[in-house]
Amino acid sequence: MQAPTERMPFRETVEVSGHVIDSLILPKILDAITSRAGSFIIQEFTVGQNRTDPSYVLLEVLAETPEKLADILEQISDHGAVPISAQDCNLEVADLAGCFPEGFYSTTHHHCEVRLDGHWFEVDRPEMDCGIKVDPGEKTAICIPMVEVKPGDQIIVGHAGVRVFPEARDQKRRLFEFMGSEVSTEKPKGVAFREVAMEMLRAKEAGKEVLLVGGPAIVHTGSGDHLNSLIRGGYIHRLFAGNALATHDIEQALFGTSLGVNLNEGISTEGGHEHHLRAINRIRRVGGIKQAVEEGLLTQGIMYECVINNVPYLLAGSIRDDGPLPEVITDTLEAQKQMREQVQNVGFALMIATTLHSIAVGNLLPGTTKVVCVDINPSTVIKLSDRGSIQTVGLVTDVEPFLRSLVQELKQLTS
Amino acid sequence: MNEPRILMCPPDFYGIEYEINPWMDRRRQADRLKAIDQWTQLKTILTEAGAKIELLTPQAGLPDLVFTANSAIIYKDEAILARFRHPERQKEVPVNQAWFQKAGFVLKELPEAFAVEGAGDALFCGETLFAGYRMRSDALGHQQIGRDLMVQVLPLELIDPYYYHLDTCFCPLQPGVAIYYPGAFDEYGQSTLKHWVPTLIPVEKEEAERFACNAVVVDKTVVTNEGCPKLHQQLQQLGYNPIATPLDEFTKAGGSAKCLTLRLDGEEAAGWKYASGESTKRIA
Repeated sequence: MQAPTERMPFRETVEVSGHVIDSLILPKILDAITSRAGSFIIQEFTVGQNRTDPSYVLLEVLAETPEKLADILEQISDHGAVPISAQDCNLEVADLAGCFPEGFYSTTHHHCEVRLDGHWFEVDRPEMDCGIKVDPGEKTAICIPMVEVKPGDQIIVGHAGVRVFPEARDQKRRLFEFMGSEVSTEKPKGVAFREVAMEMLRAKEAGKEVLLVGGPAIVHTGSGDHLNSLIRGGYIHRLFAGNALATHDIEQALFGTSLGVNLNEGISTEGGHEHHLRAINRIRRVGGIKQAVEEGLLTQGIMYECVINNVPYLLAGSIRDDGPLPEVITDTLEAQKQMREQVQNVGFALMIATTLHSIAVGNLLPGTTKVVCVDINPSTVIKLSDRGSIQTVGLVTDVEPFLRSLVQELKQLTS
Repeated sequence: MNEPRILMCPPDFYGIEYEINPWMDRRRQADRLKAIDQWTQLKTILTEAGAKIELLTPQAGLPDLVFTANSAIIYKDEAILARFRHPERQKEVPVNQAWFQKAGFVLKELPEAFAVEGAGDALFCGETLFAGYRMRSDALGHQQIGRDLMVQVLPLELIDPYYYHLDTCFCPLQPGVAIYYPGAFDEYGQSTLKHWVPTLIPVEKEEAERFACNAVVVDKTVVTNEGCPKLHQQLQQLGYNPIATPLDEFTKAGGSAKCLTLRLDGEEAAGWKYASGESTKRIA
């Protein structure tokens, strides 16, 4: 027997609030649904704590046909269960800076619309875990993070008048024909690498940027040169990283080591553990990476290529950073803010060997942006998918062969 | 305790001018002189029971203005103005609004999308507001009121068109005590009432049809239409003082004693008018 979710493709989300348990309104609504051959999924259920506190139920009503669904909705609407799409959104004025009003609508990263005066408007800058600020006069709505709330902002509360259009999973199948979201070390990699290369080219053709989010393992594994050639070839348009990637890249450029290990010989160099600190210090002495390139101090490596090829980079700091390099943004919220601004034209994001930065950037990207996450550790990919970034495709593989293949694939595709 | 205050409207322009419930039939017209006489008798009984009667000025063209129970829901010093389902009665709203404003109430209005017909569909019994919906009032409107007043609202679906307002089939007498006509409610509504009102007195069909549940309560005095002897007997046994008075001219329009009155200082059963401890406790 098929599950109700498969047998009943026609759905509508309704909400009901009030003393729905004490008054038996909720069982009455649920009985009304099932007695009309419908089904339901309770998506949210908040029970009032005190006698005067209302309860809140968000439920999805399922039916086999549109007619049956309409019949059920008509019946239950009399008992106060109303489709959230049949109402205008509810606005509440923010009373405190940096805080949403209680009960704010918490966003997903999917395409989203809100209803104002009976008409639907698109929400700008879809981003997960934000709120929606509305300008009722201008009829505009935008996702904003908690920290950016200003007193007086009109914020959506509740689910009414908000509808979300998740990117269909089969759409993803079209985009990455041979890759599902499942993480596996068993998949044929060659096909997957070609798909990634094609996606990068598609994004470029569409006038969108390809963002690379990278961790220091790119340098440790000796893959820096592959990335350099991608930058030189114009396939990477923006780089997000932390202090570590830039530091070890510069360490390698200046001393030939990464974390003290000679990348050509694979052995530890005497005094090599100090190299990364000396590298940071040299850059700090000249005022920054860009200055180091201009002064001829830095003549190779990923950061050098970024400067020379005008690829903007953003380095976000963390609590374990040495130095850090002068360009590193140590204020986390400021880093988030600048990243948010910079991802607006990103069409494809390649996240390589960094858990922290991958998740941070994944959180900021709208559901329409395709993401490929490459990591030798499956948990990074899983974490990113679990965060709700279902547009993410994971490749569990070593960084070096991946980047090497990617360079080759791109060469073949463009030759 | 303050003196009981009741709003009434003389039936100078009362009549069956339209049909918006199954009781109304324009061919079965009310006798206005008789109606005035019956209304005056009711007013006298209530005055003698200790209530101060305040008057709403009748208006030509608003025959149902006599049914002041529908004008608003009273909560402390607030009057939540009714929004009527039918256009015929929507014209009463400005008259009601002016009166409550002048009388010093804090006025509250519901969003236009909802119909809520005043105390006719919303009766406090203890701390809980029992709310009748489907016929004349919307469940969502009552939920909004519950949120605004921060009180528990229990919506009760009215399933019989003859009992189109809650006050035609349910009457709280004091916190925890009420009379009701079971046939006006579905199983959910009956269960809810039985659960939340410890002493629930059922009224038989033939007395319910005589508007037994449409009673005015002033302290221990319970005033109903004539023809409800069984209920009166039960009330006497419980220590109440039931009084019957003829109101047949008003039942032609689907109203009776309670419909003709609005308790301005809160019904006897409204828990909020008592000091804490006096009202009913939560049972469940």
